[in-house]
Amino acid sequence: MKLIYLDNNATTRVAPEVAETIRPYFTEKYGNASSMYPLAAQAHEAMEQARAQVAQLVGAAHPDEIIFTSCATESDNTAVFSAVRSYPQKKHIITSAVEHPAIMHPVRYLQTQGYEVDYVGVDAQGRFDMEQYKRLLRDDTALVSVMWVNNETGMIFPVPEIAALAKERGALFHTDAVQAVGKLPIDLKNTKIDMLSLSGHKFHAPKGVGALYLRRGTRFSEFMMGGHQEKGRRGGTENIPYIAGLGTAARLAQERLENGAMEKIAVLRDRLQNGILSSIPDSRLNGAPDGRVATTANISFGYVEGEAILMHLNEYGICASSGSACTSGSLEPSHVMRAMGVDFKFAHGSVRFSLSEQTTQEDVDKVLEVLPGIIKELRKISPFSRLA
Amino acid sequence: MWDYTDKVMDHFRHPRNVGVIENADGTGQVGSLVCGDALRLTLRINKETEVIEDAKFETFGCASAIASSSVLTEMIKGKTIAEASKITNQDIADELGSLPAEKMHCSVMGMEALEAAVKSYRQGGKPVVFEQENEKIVCHCFNVSEETIIKAIRANHLKTVEEVTFYTKAGGGCGRCKGEIQKILDKVNSCAVPEPAHNTEKKFADLTIVEKIKRIEKVLEEDVRPQLNADGGNVELVDVNGTEIKLRLLGMCSGCLAADATMKGFIEKTLREKLDPSVSVVKA
Repeated sequence: MKLIYLDNNATTRVAPEVAETIRPYFTEKYGNASSMYPLAAQAHEAMEQARAQVAQLVGAAHPDEIIFTSCATESDNTAVFSAVRSYPQKKHIITSAVEHPAIMHPVRYLQTQGYEVDYVGVDAQGRFDMEQYKRLLRDDTALVSVMWVNNETGMIFPVPEIAALAKERGALFHTDAVQAVGKLPIDLKNTKIDMLSLSGHKFHAPKGVGALYLRRGTRFSEFMMGGHQEKGRRGGTENIPYIAGLGTAARLAQERLENGAMEKIAVLRDRLQNGILSSIPDSRLNGAPDGRVATTANISFGYVEGEAILMHLNEYGICASSGSACTSGSLEPSHVMRAMGVDFKFAHGSVRFSLSEQTTQEDVDKVLEVLPGIIKELRKISPFSRLA
Repeated sequence: MWDYTDKVMDHFRHPRNVGVIENADGTGQVGSLVCGDALRLTLRINKETEVIEDAKFETFGCASAIASSSVLTEMIKGKTIAEASKITNQDIADELGSLPAEKMHCSVMGMEALEAAVKSYRQGGKPVVFEQENEKIVCHCFNVSEETIIKAIRANHLKTVEEVTFYTKAGGGCGRCKGEIQKILDKVNSCAVPEPAHNTEKKFADLTIVEKIKRIEKVLEEDVRPQLNADGGNVELVDVNGTEIKLRLLGMCSGCLAADATMKGFIEKTLREKLDPSVSVVKA
């Protein structure tokens, strides 16, 4: 059975070019970038090339503004703790109600340590509440951290504008851009963003490598304390193979942004989304039709439960994910669906389809062929379908 | 990815005994749309022998909820009520091979629906929504009573708060009741038998939103829908705001000329009688 992979917001397949880049750094060019012989110089060179490639993808003014990390969770934690350590007199943090746990959990921890935290809400279509945000900014706000693109809905937040307002009030601004990098053109040098987190495995690099953008001149306090690596900003021997792979993945992502790949993905995504919405009654889009990245469609099906839908999709080799409580082991539907105030009859039945440039029209059409029957069968079993 | 047994997957893919028995001798319900899983069990019972001759289910929930319901109907068919009532949630899980620890509450739901259906039979067949006696709610996110927690601890020899959450859902929302769950665990496991807690009925306005929804749904299901269904109509709960209950009439009722009279004269009157005189009904 052919695998139909529509869960690219969870992770992506490593691109063959990336795998090729990585291989020699395991077995031949295995030097420690800090050592003093040609073998080490090769490693160092690979790392600096990757740094330049990642810097270019996000429009950083200088390659040394890129710090390599093990993942975006590390980047997010670094950003949050650096901000509060750098401005110890400021005790207020602003974030959004729909952040990834990598921001939510450190911020909640700081709440137990005496910090005041405000969570900016979203509207029913998942749009950032700008007016509420403006009211919450304070002179003692140490950090504003708002994601660029929401992982569940694909909604794009106006991050450059949010950053500019934070700067006006003297707060540091960080964005978790894991779902934005490689999907949106990003030009950091022309924004007021101080820090940005990205993750390699969301754009065809392997799991286990990420980066933190740190604008030159931004106060910083390291999270991983250790050696002099990354100019003392992140201790620990650099993961040269994966960093080299991240560089290649960044170059490929840049090419896709320039050659219209996103527009092609959007066409397939719209075919999928509109096909589902028109063929399945009591289905609806979570998020606004516009202002989303091209890759994501999150759709809820009334009166049925998400995990059951996914288990049936598995039978056809279709991989997607759900904000349903039952898929996560937690018992409540996703905090994003709850922040959007999704009606409870829809909240448990959400399915997220996330595409990549590897997705084909055949993949999409297979979903459109089997999904209406799956929903119909599950509704036959559900005691609530009589309400429909 | 959950580690489901082949038997769970088989019952999920090919659920047995799906549907509703018309004019059932016993109807038991548990759960709601809010909680993310719900089960309606209908039974045909031989009044002479008290043998369960037929059982059908409808389930809203995940794969293991559907499988637990399906296997339960197979387990109870042909048994007497007395025999069936001995089935525990662990028996349901065992029949399926096993269930992931996080999914044990699906088997508990089956046991509760059966309990409600038997009660319904004893009371003459009117549908019964599972509800704990002497309700002292510990987990307000999922409306789980102390009694449910104590029963689960005893039946399954639970030792930790996390296990209690897996079996009953209590503590799985905001987590504020975890301290209380620990106390219950300590009490039960040290064999100090807890006194059944007697709570005076809370005013409707003071209930949590989940409690309100559950109570409204119970009245709608037991006292309102059977009447509307008889005329080809139905009603859906849309929203609750304080004591104001927003409803939508469906089916034949939605276009009925007497819709307003139905809303005020029948539904509101029934809700006021059964819930609280302060509630009012508005059209969505």
